[in-house]
Amino acid sequence: MGKTKVKKMLFILSKATIENAYAAFVMANGARMEGIESEIFFTFFGLEAIQKKKLEHLHVATVGNPAMHMPTMLGGLPGVEAFATKMMKKEMEKLDMPPIGEFLEILSDSGCKLWGCKLAIDMFHLKKEDLIDELDGILTIGDFYNRADQKGTHLLFI
Amino acid sequence: MDLNIAGIRLDVTEDGYLTDLSQWNEDIAIEIAKQEGIELTDRHWEVLTWIQEQVKKEVALSIRGIKKSGVLNIKEFYALFPGGPLKVSTKIAGVPKPKSCI
Repeated sequence: MGKTKVKKMLFILSKATIENAYAAFVMANGARMEGIESEIFFTFFGLEAIQKKKLEHLHVATVGNPAMHMPTMLGGLPGVEAFATKMMKKEMEKLDMPPIGEFLEILSDSGCKLWGCKLAIDMFHLKKEDLIDELDGILTIGDFYNRADQKGTHLLFI
Repeated sequence: MDLNIAGIRLDVTEDGYLTDLSQWNEDIAIEIAKQEGIELTDRHWEVLTWIQEQVKKEVALSIRGIKKSGVLNIKEFYALFPGGPLKVSTKIAGVPKPKSCI
């Protein structure tokens, strides 16, 4: 391990937009590649990223996203979000960024722990079989805080 | 930077990566591995050779590339080279540190 004082990164992914999911995944994977422990807690809309039927259908947000540089009205038109997502996925593939499903496999194989939020899973009436096989378990937020069990642990809300 | 390993003066980067693969030999690999707390087995050598081949072919190394390699899977990669497998294995293989974020 290098000189970093960061020993463990705990991420909370609460959003389902593709850019947020990738932010969490790239940082969690990057941590593992530096010899830093990492874990992701999926809550609320973040749960879309670990639902078998939904994870390959995440979208980039075209409404309320100033970085899209398009009028909000236009971003809301049918097909615009799908088109922007398609373009972004194309660019990601060029950079050899894996799709969400493959990325989750990579994270799991790399030793990144993946947790579902109990409250949100109950709220959305999700069953265990709706969620990816790589999931390490379902936790309360209190359980997740207890994963911050060493000096140099950082918690990040996305 | 210079580094003295196995009685040979080597040119290395600030992070300790060899800048010239032609200076690399097995004794040097064993020595760098020791500093990383790894005792090299036959399996390590297979992976190191594969890494050097990839670099010679100018294929960018990434964790996704390991998954697709057919040589080893990601779990084994982490088990063989703990503490950041791409970083550690490339250092031992005498090739540049990968710049990929993935």
